Amino acid sequence: MALVEASRLAKTYQAGDVAVHALRGVDFVIEPHSLVVFVGPSGSGKSTLLNMIGCLDKPSGGRITVLDTDVAALDRAAAAAFRGANLGFVFQDFNLIPVLSATENIEYPLLMVQDWPADKRRARVRELLDAVGMADQAGKRPDQLSGGQKQRVAVARALATNAKLVLADEPTANLDHDTAFRILDLMKKMRDEFGTTFIFSTHDPKIMAAAEVTFTLEDGRLRDHPGGAQ
Amino acid sequence: MSRVIELAARNLARYWRRTLLTAGLIILGIVAVLLFVSVSGSFKSVMVGQITDAMLGHLQVHRKGYVASIENLPLNLNIKPKALEKIEQALGTMLEIEAVSPRLKFGAMFSNFTETTSIRLNAIVPEREAAAMPGLAERLVAGDLADGLVEPGKLLIPELLAKGMKVKPGDTVVLVATNVDGSVNGQTFVVQGVLEAVTGPGGRDGYLHMDDARSLLRLSEPEVNEIAVRLTDFGQVGAVSTRLRDALAEIRNPKGEALLDVHTWDQLSPFANIARMIDLLDLFIRIMLVGIVLIAIMNVMIMAVYERIREIGTIAAIGTPPRRILALFVAEGLLLGLVGTVIGTVLSLALVYALNLWPVSFAFGRQVIVLAPSIAASEVLWIGAIVVLVAVIASLQPAWKAARMDPITALRHV
Repeated sequence: MALVEASRLAKTYQAGDVAVHALRGVDFVIEPHSLVVFVGPSGSGKSTLLNMIGCLDKPSGGRITVLDTDVAALDRAAAAAFRGANLGFVFQDFNLIPVLSATENIEYPLLMVQDWPADKRRARVRELLDAVGMADQAGKRPDQLSGGQKQRVAVARALATNAKLVLADEPTANLDHDTAFRILDLMKKMRDEFGTTFIFSTHDPKIMAAAEVTFTLEDGRLRDHPGGAQ
Repeated sequence: MSRVIELAARNLARYWRRTLLTAGLIILGIVAVLLFVSVSGSFKSVMVGQITDAMLGHLQVHRKGYVASIENLPLNLNIKPKALEKIEQALGTMLEIEAVSPRLKFGAMFSNFTETTSIRLNAIVPEREAAAMPGLAERLVAGDLADGLVEPGKLLIPELLAKGMKVKPGDTVVLVATNVDGSVNGQTFVVQGVLEAVTGPGGRDGYLHMDDARSLLRLSEPEVNEIAVRLTDFGQVGAVSTRLRDALAEIRNPKGEALLDVHTWDQLSPFANIARMIDLLDLFIRIMLVGIVLIAIMNVMIMAVYERIREIGTIAAIGTPPRRILALFVAEGLLLGLVGTVIGTVLSLALVYALNLWPVSFAFGRQVIVLAPSIAASEVLWIGAIVVLVAVIASLQPAWKAARMDPITALRHV
């Protein structure tokens, strides 16, 4: 069973009187346990695509299913519930909650999104802190962590609820190359350890080389995949 | 829920200067309201206590039309002995009534043998007046009441008159009064005491014994024109006056018309209007408090939402249910309201306590009022509850906005 399946997926924005075609009929399939990258220049539609996979945006045309769910049909609350149950997010700017420590940031979705009991919560957070190599920084708040450390915490937070799919929009854009590669290695390790699928976007050629499956987007279309096949 | 509250507290601590400023505004509002309520309440209770305990009583019964012409102190609207007996019977059946004092009010000329002036007088039965007006004796500034409120052949005179006429206790004076039939009679009296002048009707009246008044006015029958009534519970004035009106409606004149009127203290004293003004001010200051809390919290919460748009986008994107986001911001407003209320209340109670330790006095007319502020626990709880409720209401709109925020737009916010 495919994890994500898109068919003739299109998205058009209205910018004043001008219609902006962010996606123009994109077809693709993403299998479970894969490490997928969407590459392309700015404005090629990467973020729009990730937003639609993440139930944050709805297509103007076509169809997209995630975990066999037609996510375009979900209303606001159902989409939030679906994201909370199945998806994890990693952001370019880390987006950790400033008033919470690394531990508490990882614990946040377990507590505020899903209602995990305290003992299970603590065990899960410990496991993830160890997995991302942040056990010794557990009590620090985001402003006391480096960029790479913040992104490690963000990856751990995305994995906390046993997400089947983690979406990362330009997760390495604010990191130096060494740190960026370490984060990519961490994603691979997490994929191997927890069986999670990672989909991320980048326009950095060195980073895209590290991915296992690459889709190239240009002007809202998948290059070399006119029919949309993987 | 406790986690939501904890997170809300941390967010408030994050912007501690703004939190402190907003909480400070709420504290200031609470202190202003509670202090005003306690001080104005104390002023009102002192004044009302003085008026009802020393002059008017809680209720008064008169012949119909007497109160309208009370400035002239007419003697042709006296209550005759037969009607008085019926009134006393009716009053005697009401358990809420603690004491009743029949009075005969009249005007006279007061002479110290060198000067003459007018005086308003209350003829009383001393024991009954003392029972109905326990505060009257406290107004004595010179003289002696050891042998009763006013002894036969003696007078209690108001302070202003005593000063103006240079009369002191023990001096002999003359009262000249016009009788009901128009003839004039004079009689000598000894000044027994001098009474402090107080605000309100009867506050500058003299007192003499009922028997002396009957002799001076040459009344063949024991007539009165006012019956002052004291209740066991001041709070029942309204209910008892209604029942008393019904009971006295049976007493009619020969034409079959109702003979009597019942007036409550506030219908007789101009201070009731001042009391109503104080109540109005009290209401306005409460409305101002609500306004302060509403604007302060709404402002701070709107700012909080605006400054944390990306954060809201993040928590919405990772699947936080909209109702939890709403709860998070409402909890911040609630905490602000609670903290302001608790600190404001503690500060207010401390100030009220201090005002009782070091009492504040001020002149009201010719009186010196000593304030003893106090505030009922129910009043404190009521005001606290209103503030907390308003704090929650004020944070609802920003919280609703946060909960409804589109995650993509929020995440793109710079």
